[in-house]
Amino acid sequence: MAITVKVMKRPERESSYVRAALRGMSLTFKHLFQKPWTMQYPEERSSAEWSISGRWRGTHRMAVDENGKAKCVACGLCPQVCPANCIKLIPGEDEQGNRYPLVYEIDEFRCVFCGYCQEVCPEEAIHVGVHFENSEYSREGFVYDLERLMKQTHPVSSLWDPSDPKGE
Amino acid sequence: MTQSTTQPWISGEAFVWAAAVKIVVVFTIVMVLVAMWTLVERKVCGWMQNRLGPNRVGPWGLLQPAADGLKNIFKEETLPPFAEKGLFVLAPMLSFVPALMTFSVLPMAAPVPTRWGLVSTAIADIPVGFLFILAISSLGVYGIALAGWASNNKYALLGGLRASAQLISYEIGMGLAAVAVLLLGGNITPAEIIARQQAGTWFVGPLFVAFFVFLVAAFAETNRLPFDLPEAESELIAGYHTEYSAMKFSLFFIAEYANMLTASALVVTLFFGGWDIPFVARDNAAPWSVAKTAATAVAFWSKTLFFYFLYIWVRWTLPRFRFDQLMDLGWKVLLPLMLAYVMIEAVAIAALENAGITGRSQDLALTGLNVALGVVVFFVLDRGRHVGGAAVRARPYWQRLARARQGAEGGGGD
Repeated sequence: MAITVKVMKRPERESSYVRAALRGMSLTFKHLFQKPWTMQYPEERSSAEWSISGRWRGTHRMAVDENGKAKCVACGLCPQVCPANCIKLIPGEDEQGNRYPLVYEIDEFRCVFCGYCQEVCPEEAIHVGVHFENSEYSREGFVYDLERLMKQTHPVSSLWDPSDPKGE
Repeated sequence: MTQSTTQPWISGEAFVWAAAVKIVVVFTIVMVLVAMWTLVERKVCGWMQNRLGPNRVGPWGLLQPAADGLKNIFKEETLPPFAEKGLFVLAPMLSFVPALMTFSVLPMAAPVPTRWGLVSTAIADIPVGFLFILAISSLGVYGIALAGWASNNKYALLGGLRASAQLISYEIGMGLAAVAVLLLGGNITPAEIIARQQAGTWFVGPLFVAFFVFLVAAFAETNRLPFDLPEAESELIAGYHTEYSAMKFSLFFIAEYANMLTASALVVTLFFGGWDIPFVARDNAAPWSVAKTAATAVAFWSKTLFFYFLYIWVRWTLPRFRFDQLMDLGWKVLLPLMLAYVMIEAVAIAALENAGITGRSQDLALTGLNVALGVVVFFVLDRGRHVGGAAVRARPYWQRLARARQGAEGGGGD
């Protein structure tokens, strides 16, 4: 079939470039005196209208047990589930036969912040956090080792709860 | 000169010194205003979009122009290996110098009385001032066109070509609008045109349609939105200055803002009485005093800065034209409109002068005529057929086709 062109019926008698332009200019002039809608970020990080969601998935954090050790048991589920392949885990075993991570590194630069590591963790050890300000001067700086992950203090993400999809 | 006074005009060696001082003063004023206006542009843009605009460098971001300038000085000057080196370096200067030169013939206040005699506030109060303005303002496009060509880059070349095409098209509308001013002013010396407006009324009334066309053409000549086709970043990256960096780019930027300032001052001089203070007659007559100069300078600069602001205001309101729309507006709307307008004005002025009506009453009669013409132009001629470009030309064809198809389908309505 031939190409069909829908011809819009525009009120040609009423359209005028000059008057439309003047209307637009009066609108922008009104905006000159309105209050800014923006948040002044470094000074102001949350306000009554906006604050960061508790479900935010940001910088990782490793939970610590009462002895000050990482809760991780080096089961290997998080590197397995990680779609970005950004978790490096080398398991070790102590005299009692308890597994612990010899090396645990997350490359925050590769991470896609899907939060699967937190969902899959049986010990609730690794978490994604409610935090986004992680800038570094080099790419190497984005590889967080176990010690650095344990030192993070920001709140951990509550993730999405299927029984409460709107977060109420 | 403007008025015959008891105070003699400056002459001899003192004239040269006065000219040198005036050059320094005007250059400083223009450069400071240009620097401040880059900030005002971003501030006003921010406010119009309910943001704050730059506010980090200094109080209210006032040091932002200094920071920008420093940054541009320290940035790397790139010289593309494929560029035409000589012209590539010359082009920014070619666009910067005419932008400043135009300012030299515009009187910016009442004459200043000094020990050595009266000093005109125009750097060069030349009798053919207006022709000088038209000549020099057209020179600016050489910088842009050469920048585009010397870059040896297809986007830059397109930008340069657009600039020259656009300038030629709008120079005609602008020139014809100026012809209307010259008809009524009867002189091409800026000081005389101002004196005529002080004696009668500001030309914005008697020549309203010419004022509007002049303003539109001034936007096109300075390559500002809605006519900034030469740099249209959505199509041409940055147009003619794609290959430029650091201070060379900055010169184009300064030239653009200086051009805007010049165009604003020109609109004020031609249509808003120059340094005339409205409703006061004492400011335009001898004896001249420093207080009068100061007051009239305030009048001139506040009027000029309003139009300088208008450039920003329009920029953040109107979207960019398409190139065919731009050419349509220039050649099919402004040119015939101004040709007809100049004829009507000329006949009206001649008829009024034959009837012995001159001065203020002539201006009032012409204002009445312009109100009528303005209604015709903005409420009748502007309807529907505005700047549609190719789409509007094609529309009757598509409509005919659609009707024919509907007829073939048995007139089935949907």
